[in-house]
Amino acid sequence: MSAIDTASRNAPARRGAVRRFAASPRAVVSALVLGTIVVLVALAPVIAPHDPNTADLGRAFDPPEAGHPLGLDPAGRDVWSRLLHGGRFTLAGAAVAVAVALAAGVPAGLAAGYRGGWFDTLADWWFNLTMALPAMVVLLASRAVLGPTVWTLMVILGLLVAPSFFRLVRSTVAAMRGELYVDAARVFGLSDTRIMGRHVLVVVRAPIIIQTALVAGMAIGLQAGLEFLGIGSGDLPTWGAMLNEAFTNVHRDPLLMLWPGLALGLTSAALVLLASALRDVLEDRGAPAATGRRARSRATGGPAPSVSAEDRTALLSVRGLTIAYPHDDGSAKQVVNGIDLEVRRGEILGLVGESGSGKTQTAFSVLGLLPEGGRVEKGSVTVDGQQIVGAGERTLRRLRGSTVAYVPQEPMSNLDPAFTVGDHLTEPLRHKLGLSRARARERALELLRQVEISDAERVLASYPHQISGGMAQRVLIAGAVSCDPDLLVADEPTTALDVTVQAEILALLRSLRTERGMGVLLVTHDLGVVADVCDRVAVLREGRIVEHGSAERVLTAPEAPYTRDLLDAVLDNTPARGPWRPREEETR
Amino acid sequence: MLAFALRRAGSGLTLVLVISVLAHTLLALPDPDVGRQLLGPAAPQELVDEHNAALGLDRPLAVRYADWLAAAVRFDLGHSWFTNESVTQSLANRLPVTLSLMGGVTLVTAVVSFVLGVWAGVRRGAVDSAVQAVGVIGYALPSFLITLIMVIVFAVQLGWFPAVGYTPPGVSLTGWLSTITLPVLALSVPAVAGVSQQVRSSVIDVLGRDHVRTLRARGLPFPRVVFRHVLRGAATPALTVLAMQFVGMLGGAVIVEQIFGLPGIGAMTVQYTTRGDIPVIMGVVMVSVLVVVVVNLLVDVLVAWLNPKARLS
Repeated sequence: MSAIDTASRNAPARRGAVRRFAASPRAVVSALVLGTIVVLVALAPVIAPHDPNTADLGRAFDPPEAGHPLGLDPAGRDVWSRLLHGGRFTLAGAAVAVAVALAAGVPAGLAAGYRGGWFDTLADWWFNLTMALPAMVVLLASRAVLGPTVWTLMVILGLLVAPSFFRLVRSTVAAMRGELYVDAARVFGLSDTRIMGRHVLVVVRAPIIIQTALVAGMAIGLQAGLEFLGIGSGDLPTWGAMLNEAFTNVHRDPLLMLWPGLALGLTSAALVLLASALRDVLEDRGAPAATGRRARSRATGGPAPSVSAEDRTALLSVRGLTIAYPHDDGSAKQVVNGIDLEVRRGEILGLVGESGSGKTQTAFSVLGLLPEGGRVEKGSVTVDGQQIVGAGERTLRRLRGSTVAYVPQEPMSNLDPAFTVGDHLTEPLRHKLGLSRARARERALELLRQVEISDAERVLASYPHQISGGMAQRVLIAGAVSCDPDLLVADEPTTALDVTVQAEILALLRSLRTERGMGVLLVTHDLGVVADVCDRVAVLREGRIVEHGSAERVLTAPEAPYTRDLLDAVLDNTPARGPWRPREEETR
Repeated sequence: MLAFALRRAGSGLTLVLVISVLAHTLLALPDPDVGRQLLGPAAPQELVDEHNAALGLDRPLAVRYADWLAAAVRFDLGHSWFTNESVTQSLANRLPVTLSLMGGVTLVTAVVSFVLGVWAGVRRGAVDSAVQAVGVIGYALPSFLITLIMVIVFAVQLGWFPAVGYTPPGVSLTGWLSTITLPVLALSVPAVAGVSQQVRSSVIDVLGRDHVRTLRARGLPFPRVVFRHVLRGAATPALTVLAMQFVGMLGGAVIVEQIFGLPGIGAMTVQYTTRGDIPVIMGVVMVSVLVVVVVNLLVDVLVAWLNPKARLS
């Protein structure tokens, strides 16, 4: 994902998680319910009208009355008071279990998943061992040995559920251990603790939050189950014990089951809801105006702008394009502001600008694939005379791949790690062109050779993590041109690659343009790349085009001050690139 | 792939051994005077000692463990202290009940969770809210409460299923189905609630990844991208949670088997633990551990098959 895209997705996050939390009814209601329960329960000694254990057998099963709002239980004790006091043990017990589980599971999972090695082996064994023990037997045995104490049972329960945190964290971290940005951070010299805090913890945060709520619910439920079976803390008025008493008398007074059941249910429900709302808030995914397929099609579903005769001749024609990300409060952040662009056949147009200038958003809009939340507010995008803005999924699907194709910036994250290179190449061939399995394979090999991969057979059978970044970018280019598109949208295709590989990839784009007469929209921040391959260039700044012209003119005699700044920056910092020479591709 | 599976199986086996040592040691800690318990307070001490010696309790712990292990590898888990039944035989009688219960629960949970989770994650909006509501309801109520409500509604009120009892599938297949359906559903509700939420969030997560956009940019239909690519990527965390839920269900089976009167391992556990019948408890522990190890092995292999990167670990 390019810098601009990340920036625009994070933009709402800066408006404060608190505000978005307050804007989510789910989050507010569940937090209120949970808060009310916690406050009531914490204040039990103050607000409970009666002692929870004072029995008056003569008044057993009495219905609600003044002073006894929920009536009296089978032993003539006040149900409301027992409910308040019982909540203390139930909630505090669950809190103990969750705290123990978090403290034991998360650090171990982080270390095991990130470092691997002997600690991973040891910790995995220990937690598998804990997890393979049947909880009920352990709890039963513990009670027999340690006596009826709700706290000890909850500590043991915490240890028993700690593996759920450990496994979740470990598998998430292990899956990302090989990801490039973690490698990158390590190469940049960040210490492991820093990487852990800055990158790894962010990734595992949401699963941990969900899991915490689930474990809290599980702890409350398990405790209630233990009490229900009569294996608990004897005299303490817990919700589980109340359910047990109520159940044995269910025929006499079914209402007695309602109150502790309701208390348990509300607490768990509030926990689960809160977790899911928090996740949406933390991950910036809750905005109803910006989510869902219906919302997406609505965003692009307005009346399609008309296609002028002039637009029909150009391969890509962008007119007055405005892209915005609506906020929940009805306002919108415009990332692209009324730009015009044109790409003719056989022409390479460089779209230049710094991070956040809107160039990647423009590229996505050409594909009709704006990230969730983004929408074209105004303007038109036509490819080969066909309107993209407002086009249905079916039209877009037909155009993508065979009329307009896409080469992404980051080669590794743009290949599905679960599929081989061969799968990636043959799937569109078979699906879009209807080739047979054997024919598609042949064609894929041919494509790999065209992008100058000598070892095509082996690469075809490789998984993405088995090939180098430069190789992966060649594979993505081969995939992009596989269905013979007219227009190639290349989003910083060389940025993630080393200088020699960059030159090779650019040479490849140039030759594809010449051989196939493709038009290329090349998004880049690198004026060296522009000088190398572009015929014309448009300079984008804060969503507006500040300069537009032939590459030669813009690079040698820039008119806009901003372009001059960009050029000066290049001259100051970047060493001149040597001439490109073909060489053998190395593999990892 | 085979090497990966063998490596996992090897570590699973070692795990079983380590747990057998731990369990054997911990279960010996309370040191119950079995002879006294059986013969009563009036029995002379020599008789009690004689009885304990006959059970082998006078020997050191390590020797007792070695004997147990030597017999266990020949599928002989010893005899109950109180009834003298063969532990292997009682387990063999009860294991099929629990396994069919667990198998049914896993199948129902996996299918329902994936359908609901993918639907919610892809469509979002109202469908998403509905699926999340299902998850909340499933989690809001303790599983034993759900079980009781189901018994009252479907067995007592509607009379669709028997409230208590078990028919082996060998006797009557329809009878077996009617006795196992309610317990399976009762155990599936909380599992579906948990797993479907995980599927949903993984699907949303994978949908936002770069390679999904690139696949769509290739002109592949969105449903195809979801079912071939997103589902595969989302399956890893979902399977982990499913495996976790499975172990939790083994605990839940204790209560459910009690309520429905199913003659499974779970009901056996409560009965023998309260009596302190160590050889039987030891057998129950080891069988549960074996089941868990096998399930984890299956999940590991499945994940490795779905995600080639995981095979490296």
